[in-house]
Amino acid sequence: MSEIDEDLRSELQRQGVWVTSMQDLYNWGRRNSIWPLQFGLACCAIEMIATAASRYDIARFGGEVFRPSPRQADLMIVAGTVTKKMAPQIVRLYNQMPDPKYVISMGACAISGGPFKQGYNVLKGIDRYIPVDVYIPGCPPRPEALLHAFMELQRKIDSQKLTGDTKAEHLDPSQPSEFPVPAFGEHDLEPAANPDMFHPPKIERQS
Amino acid sequence: MTPNPYFFILIFCAVALVFPTMPLALAWLWRRFFQPPKPGAEKNATYECGVESLGEAQVQFRSQYYLYCIIFLIFDVEAVFLVPFAVAFTGLPVGAFIAILVFLLLLIEGLIWAWSKGCLDWAR
Ligand code: SF4
Repeated sequence: MSEIDEDLRSELQRQGVWVTSMQDLYNWGRRNSIWPLQFGLACCAIEMIATAASRYDIARFGGEVFRPSPRQADLMIVAGTVTKKMAPQIVRLYNQMPDPKYVISMGACAISGGPFKQGYNVLKGIDRYIPVDVYIPGCPPRPEALLHAFMELQRKIDSQKLTGDTKAEHLDPSQPSEFPVPAFGEHDLEPAANPDMFHPPKIERQS
Repeated sequence: MTPNPYFFILIFCAVALVFPTMPLALAWLWRRFFQPPKPGAEKNATYECGVESLGEAQVQFRSQYYLYCIIFLIFDVEAVFLVPFAVAFTGLPVGAFIAILVFLLLLIEGLIWAWSKGCLDWAR
């Protein structure tokens, strides 16, 4: 059901027999029809639009169907600066996407706040609230970089298991599919990060 | 032997039944054996714009707008008469001029009447 011996497969293919497993078929279908959610937040969105347009043509990877509804989307491209005003909406939209769902964090802003990290109203990375699959550095990342992230995501989908202990998260009933939406507090979003998910590395300073 | 001509309709019905039910059945099987459903409050929410919905869905709208519409239509038609009048203005006999003035006066009277009836007040 999940694994086929590679030698056997190539031997059969030489004889004109094409075999596949359910897992491969499932992943193949998902990998080649990743529909992104249609929204952009700041300047990085312009690069995302360029990626979808004819010169870079994300349709070559099956990702050109930008959906205006989270119910039909598989991928959330967080393209741009996430303000604290916008963060609850992003998390809510992520929650409304059906499983399996993936997130690409595009650009310095979505990763860490980027050039506006010191800003009072800029979220310092969307991975404080939702799990991110691929990060693309850059300000803005070129369309090629987004395509690379897309291929990286396809590679990840390809390697996801259908059964067993290491199966993909969306197939595991114990894994959550929705994450708590932060609320507007007096000074900041509350909580400032999802404590179950956000584990920044400890910085040790030598005195 | 030729088959009964209605036999094809039977085939057609069978295909029409299987075609939509098969994906549903496959989805059900997939859910049953591989992908557990994970519903939640937000996933099942009605609106999908990212903002929480406020208040009730069953609010009342005023139906007053139709009065504006009717008055607008009447004065819009008036413009259709005024344009040829303006074009032919210099060559008109006095009788025609007085006729169009009467027509305008009637319309203005109608406007004053609608105004005094309160049709132009938005929220009453
Ligand atoms: S990373 Fe740079 S280009 Fe992208 S949204 Fe932030 S400031 Fe704009």
